[in-house]
Amino acid sequence: MKDIFTQENLLFMLKGAGWSLLLAIGGLVIGCVIGIVFAAGKLSRSRLLRWIATVYVEIFRGTPMLLQVLFFYLGVPVLYQRITGTRMAANPYIVGLIALSCNSGAYQTELIRSGIQSVDRGQWEAGETLGISYRTMMQEIILPQAFKLIIPPLVSEFITLIKDSSLISNIGALELLYSAQVLGKRYYDYLDPLILAGIMYLCMTVFISWLSRKVERRMAVSD
Amino acid sequence: MIKVEHLNKSFGALKALKDINLTIHDGEIVSLIGPSGSGKSTLCRCIHGLEKPESGTISLDGEVMDPKDKANFERLRKRMGFVFQHFNLFANKTVIENCNLAQIAVAGKTKEEAEKTSMDLLARVGLDDKRDEYPSKLSGGQKQRVAIARALCMNPEIMLFDEPTSALDPEMIKEVLDVMKRLGEQGMTMVVVTHEMGFARKVGDRVVFLDGGEIVEENNSEEFFSNPKSDRARDFLSKVFYD
Repeated sequence: MKDIFTQENLLFMLKGAGWSLLLAIGGLVIGCVIGIVFAAGKLSRSRLLRWIATVYVEIFRGTPMLLQVLFFYLGVPVLYQRITGTRMAANPYIVGLIALSCNSGAYQTELIRSGIQSVDRGQWEAGETLGISYRTMMQEIILPQAFKLIIPPLVSEFITLIKDSSLISNIGALELLYSAQVLGKRYYDYLDPLILAGIMYLCMTVFISWLSRKVERRMAVSD
Repeated sequence: MIKVEHLNKSFGALKALKDINLTIHDGEIVSLIGPSGSGKSTLCRCIHGLEKPESGTISLDGEVMDPKDKANFERLRKRMGFVFQHFNLFANKTVIENCNLAQIAVAGKTKEEAEKTSMDLLARVGLDDKRDEYPSKLSGGQKQRVAIARALCMNPEIMLFDEPTSALDPEMIKEVLDVMKRLGEQGMTMVVVTHEMGFARKVGDRVVFLDGGEIVEENNSEEFFSNPKSDRARDFLSKVFYD
């Protein structure tokens, strides 16, 4: 086609895709840890813990992701300066990862909570009669079964994260969409880079769907 | 010795147990029988502390099981094993892992020690060849035998069975009852909620007949079945035996 697709430019886009994927994976993993903690909070007997978890989920599910990204990048440094009086340089990649993780954490809280509640109550009772602690039960029995139940929605969450990571382009992180925009600006041609970016997003998401089907089949051994 | 004194338990407006008093001696096999909704399962679950009584006490050799005194409560209930109607094997663990888990996590054994005990008990219920199967691959009778072995791995002095054969296909009931019978012959103290009248009569030492949350009749097995004293027990027996 045109001289826009030089090896150098393609590598530039691929690097952007790499950042998108890395941010999404990071968001998924950190969001998962957040999700486990807040799901335990939501199911806790303590009203305070339940309340904290609910407020967290409602805030991050109920406001736009873009607002959250901008808040962490532009708002938090101002807050920091007001409190400490010193400036803070925000790294767009780290801020982006934090925003993605917090946002995904809210969705994963609800997913993991529903997964835990779907595990047969008899499993808890069996643990109780054997004297097994809450923590061991969660780690060994309940969470593994809960995660198996929620693999399909977790995969959708991962795919959403890959797409939502594009919002971080707004704060200047050179992920896939921003890379395409940079090339578009340089060559006064947005069509080709945007199509290429779309294809790269699709490659990632379709690959993940395929991988999840394989994993699900392997996990079915104990069904 | 288990002693139940003035035990009361309600679920909402329903009074499930009304002033239950019962003593179970060491080595005794007591069958709890009665129509559904009579409170027999609730009583069995209360003895282990799966249900918290509203009032009244349960004590083991004179020590009261008080759920508020957590350490003591847990120490006492460790002397009891529990077998559920629906087995409740850990679905994501293999047979041997089901047996090992509490031994390692609760009793603090090493994996080797735990495995030795587990294999020993699995052999006793005739399922040592299934050690690496997942529960979903086993028949109902096999699941229940694994569940019994799993409970025995914690070396309990008393075994509580909550309708252990009610969820089984008819042809699998005997294999489970055989395991329980052998356990009784070895001197295990057992409380068995059951609809298997043949088992209650032949294996059980004593029958406690409940109806409407109350103990209506209590007698040694042979006497209860051949000569029930209360009308309600007579009525119940005439309905469960088909002749």
